[in-house]
Amino acid sequence: MSLFSRLTEKSWETPGGEHVDPAMYRPPAARVGVIVYFGVITVLFGLVSSAYVMRMGMPGMGHGAMGDWRPMPEPPLMWINSFVLLLSSAAWEAARIGARQGRADLMRRALFGAGALGILFLAGQLMLWREFSAAGYYASANPANAFFYLITALHGLHLAGGLFFWVRAVMGLRAGADVRLPIELCAVYWHFLLLVWALMLALLMST
Amino acid sequence: MATVTIADDHTHFYHPKTWIGKYVWSQDHKVIAIQYSLTAIAIGLVALVLSVLMRLQLGFPDTFHFIQPENYLQYVTMHGMIMVVYLLTALLLGGFGNYLIPLMVGARDMVFPYVNMLSYWVYLLAVLVLVASFFVPGGPTGAGWTLYPPQTVLEGTPGHEYGIILMLVSLALFIVGFTMGGLNYVVTVLQARTKGMTLMRMPCSVWGIFVAAIMALLAFPALFVACIMMLLDRIAGTSFFMPMIMSMGKDLGYEGGSPILFQHLFWFFGHPEVYIVALPAFGIVSDLISVHARKNIFGYRMMVWAIVVIGALSFFVWAHHMYVSGMNPYFGFFFATSTLIIAIPTAIKVYNWLLTLWRGNIHLRVPMLFAIAFLFTFIHGGLTGLFLGNVSVDVPLSDTFFVVGHFHMVMGVSPIIVIFGAIYHWYPKITGRMYNEALGQLHFWITFIGVYAIYLPMHYLGFLGVPRRYYALGETAFIPESAHLANQAITIAALIVFAAQAIFFYNMFWSLFRGPKADPNPWGAASLEWQTPDTPPKHGNWGDELPRVYRWAYDYSVPGAARDFIPQNEPHDESARYHRT
Repeated sequence: MSLFSRLTEKSWETPGGEHVDPAMYRPPAARVGVIVYFGVITVLFGLVSSAYVMRMGMPGMGHGAMGDWRPMPEPPLMWINSFVLLLSSAAWEAARIGARQGRADLMRRALFGAGALGILFLAGQLMLWREFSAAGYYASANPANAFFYLITALHGLHLAGGLFFWVRAVMGLRAGADVRLPIELCAVYWHFLLLVWALMLALLMST
Repeated sequence: MATVTIADDHTHFYHPKTWIGKYVWSQDHKVIAIQYSLTAIAIGLVALVLSVLMRLQLGFPDTFHFIQPENYLQYVTMHGMIMVVYLLTALLLGGFGNYLIPLMVGARDMVFPYVNMLSYWVYLLAVLVLVASFFVPGGPTGAGWTLYPPQTVLEGTPGHEYGIILMLVSLALFIVGFTMGGLNYVVTVLQARTKGMTLMRMPCSVWGIFVAAIMALLAFPALFVACIMMLLDRIAGTSFFMPMIMSMGKDLGYEGGSPILFQHLFWFFGHPEVYIVALPAFGIVSDLISVHARKNIFGYRMMVWAIVVIGALSFFVWAHHMYVSGMNPYFGFFFATSTLIIAIPTAIKVYNWLLTLWRGNIHLRVPMLFAIAFLFTFIHGGLTGLFLGNVSVDVPLSDTFFVVGHFHMVMGVSPIIVIFGAIYHWYPKITGRMYNEALGQLHFWITFIGVYAIYLPMHYLGFLGVPRRYYALGETAFIPESAHLANQAITIAALIVFAAQAIFFYNMFWSLFRGPKADPNPWGAASLEWQTPDTPPKHGNWGDELPRVYRWAYDYSVPGAARDFIPQNEPHDESARYHRT
């Protein structure tokens, strides 16, 4: 039933529906929960991005003093980290394919790889922070720096949250539980965070 | 232990064995709802006491020497923030949302009970951090509940050392906790409705809470971002919001930040927040009116659509709080227009409530009295909102007591009145006991007349130009003697209303132990929460089998039916014909 017909239902005069078992057509609750959470992440990063653009001194908005914005450099490590995150996402996809096709060996190896690459990404981001602060790019020195730290921290925290569910999936796998759904959801979550990172990277690069 | 319980699958249903598992670290939505509600009411009482202290100072300046200007500002700030976020949001969504959603949609619990439990404990932590700010050197922040930079973090603002840090941390924690709860409310409504419970068979209460939860999930990130950025400005020396400032001849080290950017972020949260509080109240009041007027809600589909439309529109009106902020004047035109457009779906709702009452079989029990009182206070507050939504009217009224009167009527008094009505309405289901009707009526009349005595004169003060947030007016030429008199009268009314709340608490507490045993469905209500096998409902809500829903929640006074209501889980037979609205 389409959303439109659901919302235009004349519920006071339509009998029926009570014999249909909702479990037949409903996706798992956790999947819906993850999708709803994507909405929260989208708003969060959308707002940070618009604050970023406004703080830069968007023409005509009258915000911020023009000219105090000094863009940060883009060291190679930033690209290396992005590539690691891409690989991590690819590994999750492999784990998901393995889970769906019942290839336990592929699933197990890809699962471990995906988590390890995720940790590697976070470590790389921390190295990036150290590199920047060693070069004098403190958060307090310039709004561009402050936004960089803010965005990477928010993104990193979300990825760390994903790693929590990765640990749960690994433990579930060891205990012999069915981890197909957790793996599928983690994979989708990782792809989403990859997309967020790509957009944030584009924002950082273009300004 | 299962983390997912939906539909009829209770094989994995987690049943706690110990007292602590049942009542403290509980994953039962009903226990969590009560934990949420009691915490919210407790912290709300703190805010209520603060408001009395403010009124004492305003009514009788130079009398209470323990209230210094900085204390007054702290009272203003903490009263506002606690009431809006920690009381209203937490009570309506965390309290009523938790209690009503699974019962009204016919579920055994929330879909993620563990996350639900976590949500409450993070909320409690946020409240404790907030309370802690009363006890740090310098006291809680006195920046006003809107926390506008740059003054929020500047020397001279009370609580600029630690109070503001604790406030920002507490808000961030609240948002994290709320997001967990909000995900639960939304996904439970989408995924755990029982057989036959189509979206359009849900009671209006669930619709209000559902849309408000979605809005909160999308609006609170703005406050979260603003809090984190301000926290960094305060402790890490960044300049997100802080412009270059010379204070006492000293450069504070900030450069180029935009205070207006904070206002945009704050109100992108702040305006939807008004409706996050109002929509659950709208929904609940629809149900109270329908049940106690023994009549189906007028224009059910219109009511639901209006809730959705109001929710969507409320994201496009935030800058009407900023007409005098110095933003681009063209914005004012857009935001005034969008603000006035919201009046359309809101008016639809008001007319539908009135038309539900029209020729209804109205029972003036305590919940109904509060529901009808809400119509008065809400129409009143809504109409003054139309004044303030217009730029040219708002500019002279901005930051006067007219604004205070307006928003207290529309989002202070109105939701609180609905909350009282809702507590009286569901008290028999929650506790299994009946409260004392006479005490309830007494509480109602003092509260209802009292809030008018408090807030009506404030509009007059506002027209005179009496500014809000001032510690004392002193000898000001444009403020006549009558304003001082009005202030005294308001304070006396406020003290009476404050004292009258003791009747409510006494009634609730006494009835909990001594009240007569309540009928499982004392109001003859059709919605599912009244059809539980046990009163109060046990863990798992529905006994062995989930209810099956055959009709909408508003089959009252159906021609040909045996009783004047037909429960949602009663199958159709030929005795009652369908009636059309």
